[in-house]
Amino acid sequence: MAGSIEQRIPLGAEGAVSLPLLDRIHQWVVTVDHKRLGLMYIAGGLVFFIVAGLQAMTIRLQLAIPNAGIVPPDMFNRLMTMHGTTMVFLVGMPILTGFFNYLVPLMIGARDLAFPRLNAFGFWLWLFGALLLYFSYIGGNGLYGAGSAPDVGWFAYAPLTERAFSRGNSTDYWILSIFLTSVGSTATALNLITTTFTMRCEGMTLRKMPVLVWMSLVVSFMILIVLPPLSAAQVMLLLDRFVGAHFFDTQAGGSAVLWQHFFWIFGHPEVYILVIPAFGFASEIIPVFSRKVIFGYEVMVAATVAIGFISMSVWAHHMFAVGMTPAGNAFFATSTMLVGVPTGIKIFNWIGTMWGGKIRFKVPMLFSVAFLLQFLIAGLTGIMLAVAPFDWQLTDTYFVVAHFHYVLVGAIIFMIFAAVYYWFPKATGKMLNEHLGKWHFWLFFIGFHLTFDTMHFAGLHGMPRRIYTYQPGRGLDTLNLIETFGALVQAAAVLCLFVNVVRSLRSGEEAGNDPWDAWTLEWATTSPPPAYNFVEQPVVRSRRPLWDLKHPDDPDSKYE
Amino acid sequence: MAAAPAVANQSQIEWKGSLPEKGRVGILLLILTESSFFAIFVVAYLFYIGKSLNGPYPKDVLSPPIINTICLLSSSITIVFAVRALRVGSIGTFTLWWLVTLALGLEFMIGTGLEWQELIYHDGLTISTNLFGTTFFSLVGLHALHVTIGLILILFVSILTLLGYMDRRYAERTEILSWYWHFVDAVWVVVFTTVYVIGR
Amino acid sequence: MKRWLPILIGLVGSPIIAFANDWGMGASNAKIPPPTIFTPVSTPANEIDTVAYFTITVCAAIFVIVAGLVVYSIIRFREPPGDDGREPAQVYGSNPIEFAWTTVPILIVFVLILTTARTIYSVQAAPRPPDSILVHVIGHQWWWEFRYPELGVVTANELHVPLSDRAHPTPTFLDLESADVAHSFWVPRLAGKTDVIPNRKNTMWIDPHQPGIYLGQCAEYCGTEHALMLLRVVVEPRPDFDRWIAAQKQRAVADASVDHGRQIFETTACVNCHVVQGTAAEGRFGPDLTHLMARETIGAGAAMNTPDNLKTWVHDPSTIKPGALMPAMNLSQKDLDDLVAYLVTLH
Repeated sequence: MAGSIEQRIPLGAEGAVSLPLLDRIHQWVVTVDHKRLGLMYIAGGLVFFIVAGLQAMTIRLQLAIPNAGIVPPDMFNRLMTMHGTTMVFLVGMPILTGFFNYLVPLMIGARDLAFPRLNAFGFWLWLFGALLLYFSYIGGNGLYGAGSAPDVGWFAYAPLTERAFSRGNSTDYWILSIFLTSVGSTATALNLITTTFTMRCEGMTLRKMPVLVWMSLVVSFMILIVLPPLSAAQVMLLLDRFVGAHFFDTQAGGSAVLWQHFFWIFGHPEVYILVIPAFGFASEIIPVFSRKVIFGYEVMVAATVAIGFISMSVWAHHMFAVGMTPAGNAFFATSTMLVGVPTGIKIFNWIGTMWGGKIRFKVPMLFSVAFLLQFLIAGLTGIMLAVAPFDWQLTDTYFVVAHFHYVLVGAIIFMIFAAVYYWFPKATGKMLNEHLGKWHFWLFFIGFHLTFDTMHFAGLHGMPRRIYTYQPGRGLDTLNLIETFGALVQAAAVLCLFVNVVRSLRSGEEAGNDPWDAWTLEWATTSPPPAYNFVEQPVVRSRRPLWDLKHPDDPDSKYE
Repeated sequence: MAAAPAVANQSQIEWKGSLPEKGRVGILLLILTESSFFAIFVVAYLFYIGKSLNGPYPKDVLSPPIINTICLLSSSITIVFAVRALRVGSIGTFTLWWLVTLALGLEFMIGTGLEWQELIYHDGLTISTNLFGTTFFSLVGLHALHVTIGLILILFVSILTLLGYMDRRYAERTEILSWYWHFVDAVWVVVFTTVYVIGR
Repeated sequence: MKRWLPILIGLVGSPIIAFANDWGMGASNAKIPPPTIFTPVSTPANEIDTVAYFTITVCAAIFVIVAGLVVYSIIRFREPPGDDGREPAQVYGSNPIEFAWTTVPILIVFVLILTTARTIYSVQAAPRPPDSILVHVIGHQWWWEFRYPELGVVTANELHVPLSDRAHPTPTFLDLESADVAHSFWVPRLAGKTDVIPNRKNTMWIDPHQPGIYLGQCAEYCGTEHALMLLRVVVEPRPDFDRWIAAQKQRAVADASVDHGRQIFETTACVNCHVVQGTAAEGRFGPDLTHLMARETIGAGAAMNTPDNLKTWVHDPSTIKPGALMPAMNLSQKDLDDLVAYLVTLH
């Protein structure tokens, strides 16, 4: 069986190089291999990361000084809408989906996902949706000559999205493209769960799965439950816009607040859908570079499951200012603060993992430690926002912008970078340059803090979010100038990453199978792994099969 | 990672046997995510009960489609009979029950079509008339869409059966299709309760 | 590098040129204390200020402890140079420790929840006393309409409220509604924000106990000119407030010397959207102009209310506020001068 696969599909990079370019492209297009699809997701996500990053740069330049005229107001509004939508749906989701796609089968000792063709379908649907969103720049005008790209903000509050206030087709592009990428994500989530339940290698019970696989399980369940509310609300909005339904039409008795509920039932858990994979990366990387087993495996998993459940009951903390009853406000304040408890437990367990270890500060570990500190701050500002009265002042200001960028950049992007440095050798067989990696880390770390620490204070000074300009004389000038400077530093850091990747692919140091001396199954196969992942189906006896192999005298299975 | 023999041994077969079947897990997850989708439409329906600014109102124009409901719900029973027959290999019995299921499903769709015709042309209720029309046609229509998808799949299996391609090896796949059909029926119970009991 | 230089200069230079014209707002804002949330002058903002300091203190304490642990462990447990490469002792977990760091956060959360709930109720559930002022706030794309139903006054963008001192508490209650999309009413020094949502009535209240001007603005994204949907609250002692009300109740004074301007006003599209009490102008889409000159700013705080700015505005509002819904009036220079001459008589 294995032999016949080898004959049809060339192994690794050397095999592929010998083929003509068109054949190689053809192979990638028709592939159903989870590793290739995973890499395509990540590559696609990184391309959109550049696009949305450039949008952020333009936004920051416009806000660098008061009354700046770099972009007109309507273009600014499109930029901030596209930046938000792109970063969430076309950067965060695909990169994290890509890592899960790549890693989950390898980590559970499977040869592919349960439904490989569904997986390919999900990817192409995502890509189509992504291109559709950007096609709005061309097609969004409709017949009305109104607008191009969507300008309704990434949460698209009704009734600004109704025909009366959003003419042309830009909002329709927003609806359809996000709807399609959501269907793609749902298909992938279904696939990952089925794979995890039905294709684990011998000996790998649920309790012996790597933490990252657990995280993928929790995230996938969350995707299945919370993406449909967004899709359903988008279908309603589409009905409003095209066949004259009145779901969110306030003129006909419709409710603008209902959209907010539906959106945030999706929108808040979405943040956890994005951050839990980051937890997964941290739970793989921190132990390996601390040379210690993860502290409190069961508690880590249980805390994540708890976060998953609680996060579905906190959505209206985005809506403290819409005039809910005091009881409603108190309920959502309570549930929101309760999320802090399992989140805190996770941070403590990572510290527990480092405690007493021998920490090696390679680039992935640097990003992970920064993640720990930044995620701590993000959590604490989250507690401040959960205090409903405090939130009446903070919501919709730059304090909130700072808070969620601390989560999305400070936690998620930092861990994505860590994961790129950590698994790049596995996927390509080449190491990324450590020296350039450190430049990348320190520049990004400094730029990040210059930009986002300052934003908290702008918010406290009364700067609302989504304004294309602000007037002089309100105490906002210096803060905003620092933020813009920090953004430029971050851009320089990202440039280091791309230089690093290109250089490594050309002439990187050979990685070998297991460059980090790690313990999970993906390091047991070659780098890059063959199409069928493992020559022989692995058999595991503990959570760290490679530890058992390297320490036969003192295997983990004795202690678990 | 102890050395595992290239040929699957006894322990590996046992291990694989202890894991659930792919198709079943997949369809259950599909049902989970679809339920979440329907839930939002049901919530919207409940939220907008009594909030229409103008008529017609539910109590003026809606009457519970009892026969439709009986047909759809009994089709859930007939599909179970069909799958059971297939499991023991009696293709004839399977064909009979399967076609009955198809007929019951078709009756439901025809009944819904007639109900809509009455509402639109006689009562003047469309999706853009008022909030009742908006929520009614979208919720019932969403369910009808799922019935239609189910019917297409059932029809497809029927054609294959009549052409003589069906045998007991496909019992598992048929079973999985029947789970989807049960789900569509269960959703109808919720929709019926929401629209014709609570909403009236 | 050399090719990039002009682009760089252009990027840096163009906003500086734009900065030159802020329509007088920078100088005006500089005279008003910045709207930070930590200088409250009204009970709701005070209550929030208190709970905010408490929360920040708790969070800062947690940060110091946890970040201290992280920093300590990365310094103390880093692999020493020349290490023998042996693996450290493997510790799989500890139930007592897990229990401890689950319980302590729960206790902290419990305290925070009680504090939060107390403040929520004291701000939200406050009853409206009989001698309070009632204002209907109506959000429009992109300006504010203020109607005093009990006093018979309508104005825009600059809300006048009486001082509420301890001896004579006169809080102002705001009923918030929207004419189009969702907005949010926010004056940081007076209260937290409350959303202004179509087909829904929200309420909030303020009781400023220090006279002055307070800056605020729309805080919910509401379309193109969300950034320039500014507002000011003018807090004045009760006698001044009463005088202001009395003046606002007057009809517009007809000044014969600007008859031509008035004619232009009443025979062009102006009357479709604006009200001038006592004339044919009865439109409701735009701000009431009966006492236009009593306001310091125009365009919802986009420019100072000077004759020159008025001329620019009437000629083409998008010069000052691109995207504003008022169309350019395309008047001849003479008509424009006369029209603005009329407008400046609307005291």
